[in-house]
Amino acid sequence: MAVSFTVNGEKRQVDGDPAKPLLWVLREDLDMVGTKFGCGAGLCGACTVHLGGDAVRSCQTPLGDVNGMAITTIEGVQASDPGKRIAAAWIKLDVPQCGYCQAGQIMSATALLATTPKPSDEEIDAAMMGNLCRCSTYVRIRAAIKDAAGIVEAKA
Amino acid sequence: MSAATLSRRGFISASLLAGGGLLFDLNMPVARAADGTPVILTAFIRILPDNRVIIGAKNAEIGQGAKTMLPMLIAEELDVDWKQVTIEQTHADAKIFGGQSAGGSRTTPREWLPTRQAGAAARAMLVAAAAQGWGVAPETLKVAGGTVTDPKSGKSATYASLAVAAAKLPAPDPATLKLKDPADFRIIGQSIGGVDTPAIVTGKPLFGIDFTLPDMLYAVLETCPAHGGIYKSANLDEVKALPGITHVLTIKGDGTPESGFDGVAILSKSWWTANQARETLKVDWDVSSVSGFSTEAYAAQAAERRKGKADGDIVRTGDVDAAFAGAAKTVSADYSYPFLAHGTLEPQNCTALFKDGAVEIWAPTQNPESGRALVAKALNLPPEKIRINFTRIGGGFGRRLMNDYMVQAASIAAQVPGTPVKLLWNRQQDIQRDFYRPAGWHGFRAALDKDGALTGFHDHFVTFGKDGKPVRSAEMPASELPAGLIDNVLLEQSFLTTNMPTGWLRAPGSNALAFVYQAFLDEVADAAGKDLPTLMLEILGEPRELPRGPNAPPFVTSRARGVIEKAVAMGGWADRKTLSKGTGKGFAFYYSHMGYFAEVLEVAIIEGMPKVKTVWVAGDVGSQIINPINALHQAQGSVIEGLGQALAGQIITQVDGAVEQANYDTHPFLRINDAPEIIVEFVKTDYPPTGLGEPALPPVIPALVNAIHAATGKRIRSLPVTAEMLA
Repeated sequence: MAVSFTVNGEKRQVDGDPAKPLLWVLREDLDMVGTKFGCGAGLCGACTVHLGGDAVRSCQTPLGDVNGMAITTIEGVQASDPGKRIAAAWIKLDVPQCGYCQAGQIMSATALLATTPKPSDEEIDAAMMGNLCRCSTYVRIRAAIKDAAGIVEAKA
Repeated sequence: MSAATLSRRGFISASLLAGGGLLFDLNMPVARAADGTPVILTAFIRILPDNRVIIGAKNAEIGQGAKTMLPMLIAEELDVDWKQVTIEQTHADAKIFGGQSAGGSRTTPREWLPTRQAGAAARAMLVAAAAQGWGVAPETLKVAGGTVTDPKSGKSATYASLAVAAAKLPAPDPATLKLKDPADFRIIGQSIGGVDTPAIVTGKPLFGIDFTLPDMLYAVLETCPAHGGIYKSANLDEVKALPGITHVLTIKGDGTPESGFDGVAILSKSWWTANQARETLKVDWDVSSVSGFSTEAYAAQAAERRKGKADGDIVRTGDVDAAFAGAAKTVSADYSYPFLAHGTLEPQNCTALFKDGAVEIWAPTQNPESGRALVAKALNLPPEKIRINFTRIGGGFGRRLMNDYMVQAASIAAQVPGTPVKLLWNRQQDIQRDFYRPAGWHGFRAALDKDGALTGFHDHFVTFGKDGKPVRSAEMPASELPAGLIDNVLLEQSFLTTNMPTGWLRAPGSNALAFVYQAFLDEVADAAGKDLPTLMLEILGEPRELPRGPNAPPFVTSRARGVIEKAVAMGGWADRKTLSKGTGKGFAFYYSHMGYFAEVLEVAIIEGMPKVKTVWVAGDVGSQIINPINALHQAQGSVIEGLGQALAGQIITQVDGAVEQANYDTHPFLRINDAPEIIVEFVKTDYPPTGLGEPALPPVIPALVNAIHAATGKRIRSLPVTAEMLA
C-alpha cells in the first residue's frame, strides 16, 4: 500500500505494510535514525515524533494511519521556534548523558511549549512523564524547558 | 627511573601527515595509576595545518562523559584552547590504546596522570622545536592557544608551523615532563558540555542501533525463556517461507550466558519484519536442567539456610561470641533485596561483517577486549582477525560489560559471509536476557555495650554461588564496614544455586550492600540512643587508614569523616526533629569505587507512598573535579537511579527458570515527576582524583529507608518499597 505524507516539510511516499510502525518506516525506509526504538510498546517515549503537531509514539503509529499527515522528527524539529529554543536550551544546560532518549524528550518538550508557552511544574510533569530517561537527566530536562520558555526561577 | 621506562622512550613518535600537519603517536609508560595498576598510555593527537587539533577519545562513551573528559586532560597539558579541539572516537584495541573499558568508575583514576603526560609530551616537542629554531632555551618560551611565543624577542609560531621541526626531535622521557600546577589549569575544572551533545539534539546517527552498512540484514534472535535451555527443534522452514525473510539460522551457544545460549536467528532487510516473524516461530527447548529455579524457591531456601550454619567465613576478627555474650544489648534484623535488570534504553545490539576469515564489529560495548576473546573462541578465529569499532552507547550501567550480543552477532554473520548483519534485541528480550543484579539475604546481629558502643557485628549473607564461590557480582568483600573498624566481626556466607546469569549493575555489590548495612546500622544507632552519623563517626574513631589490598588505595577515615560532617551540615540534620508529622530525614554514608559519599534525604509520605523532596550529597573524590557540570550530572543521575531501585517497583522474578517481567511497565524506572531536588557539594582533599560514575548511588537507598523510618516509624528491610510496608 502506497502512503503519502510529509516529513519535516518534505513530501514522502512509502509503499509498505500498513501495519508497519512509523518508527520503523522512518528508520528503515527513510533512513532517518534520529527517532529511537526503546520499548516497542509506547512505554518509554524514545520514539516520540509530532503527527499533525501532536506528540505521538511512532512505535504505536501504523503507517496506514499517517496518510496525508504532516510528521516532524528530531531531524527537523528546529524549524519551529519552540523547537529551536528547546534544542538551544538542551545544549546550553548540557542535558544529555548517554543521549539515547533525548530525541523523544525534545519532541515532547517542543510539543508542550507549542501549546503551553509558560508551563507550570505540573504541566511539565504531565507532558514529560511518558518519556523515560534511564540516565535520569530529569533535573536538567525540567530546567531546560523552563529556560526555553523564558521562565526565570526565583532563587532559593 | 626503571630500565623498562627507558626502553619505552622510543614509543613516542611524531610524524608528518600527508597534506601537512603533525601526528603524535604517544605510547608512554607511566609508573602507576591511582589504583596501582601499571599503565602504558597510547593517545593520538593530530595538529592540522590550520592549527586545529584532533584528539582521539579512546574509551567507550556510555553517558559517563569520558569522551569529553579524557581529551580535556590532553588539551590542558598540550596548552591549546578547547575551541581548537575536535574529538574523534578511536577503535578498540588494547594493544594500541591500553585500557578502554568503561566500568568500575576506573577511567579517572587510571587516566589522570598518563593522559595529562601525553599532552605534556607533545607540548614539550613543539616547544623544543621552536626553541631550537630561535636559539633560545625552551623554558623561556610561553604557550597559549597552540601558539609558542618568545616574550623576549616577540617571535611567535603556531604548533602547525612547528610540525616539520617537531617531527624530527627525539621524544621526551615522560618522567622528566613537568605537569601544570593545578592553579594554572584553564580547561580542567571548567564545565564543558558533552562533545556529542549537538549531534544528539539534531538526531545524528551515533549509536550502535543507528549504524548501517550497504546491503545490511537485520537479525532477531529467539533464545529459550528459561536461561540455559537447549535447542531441540523448530519450524525453521515455515518461518523461512514468510515474506521478507531471507534466512533462518540456528546458533549454538557454549552453555554459558557470556557467550550466549542456543538461539534461532531470523534475518530480513527489515528488523520489524524479522521481529514479526518471531510470532510464527515455534521452538522446542530442552529445559529439564533449568526449570526448577524460581523466586519463591530462593526465598524459602534462603530462610532455611539462615537458620543453619553458614557455608564459610568471609572475615572473622576478634571474638564475636564473647562480644555477644557480654553485650548489654543486642539488635538483630533480616534484610533482603531482589534481582534487578539494567534496562538500558538502547536495546542490546551489534553489527558484524564476516569476510575472508575475519570479522569486523561495530558494537556498543563497555568492555571490548572481553568481547574479542569470546568472539575468537566462538568463531575459532585468532584475535587479530577481529576488529572492533566503538559506537556511542545508549546506556551502559554495567550491562554492556558483558558481550553476549557481540558473540551472537558474530556467530550469525559468520553464517552469511560477505553480508553485514545487525542483531537487535527487542525490549522483552533485553529485560529477559540480562545479567541481573543478584538478589541477596542478610541475617544481621549487633552487640552494644552498656555505654551504647558497637562491640560486635555478625552478618550471615545468603547469596548465589557455584563451586563454593559467589557468582559474578554476588560477592561481599571482607572489608565491608564495620569490618576493619571494630574488633569483633563475623561476616559469613551461604550459597544458593541459580540459572540466572548475574552481572554488574552500576555500583555493583555496593548498590545492595549499602542499603542493608547502613539501614541496619541505623537500627543499631537507634538502639544505642544515638543517630547514625554519630555512630559512624564513633566507629571511624581516630584518623587511620585501612588497607584495601595491593590494587586499591586505603580507606582513609578522615575522608569519611569529612563527607559525613559536610552532609550533616548541608542537610540541616540537627533540625530534623522539627519536621512536621509524616516527614523525615535519613542519613547514610558509603565508600565505593574510591569515592566517599554521605547523603541526607528528606522524605514526605504522600498518599501512602514516600515522596523524596530533597537529597543533599557530599562527596570526596580527591583534589580535583575535572569537569564540574558532568560531575554534577553523574551525581544527580546516580541518586535518581538509586531511588528508582527502591521506589519505582523494580523487581525481577522468576518462574520455572524464566524471568516474568518483559518491559518498562513491569520493571519500571523513575520518571520526571519523581525527580527530587538534589544538592551536591564536593569536599576537596589532597588525593588523586577518582571516578564519579557510581559512588554517589549506594548511600541514597539507605538514606531513603532511614528517612522513611524517621517519618513513619516503619523499618524497610526489603526492596522495593511498597505501600503495604508503610500501611
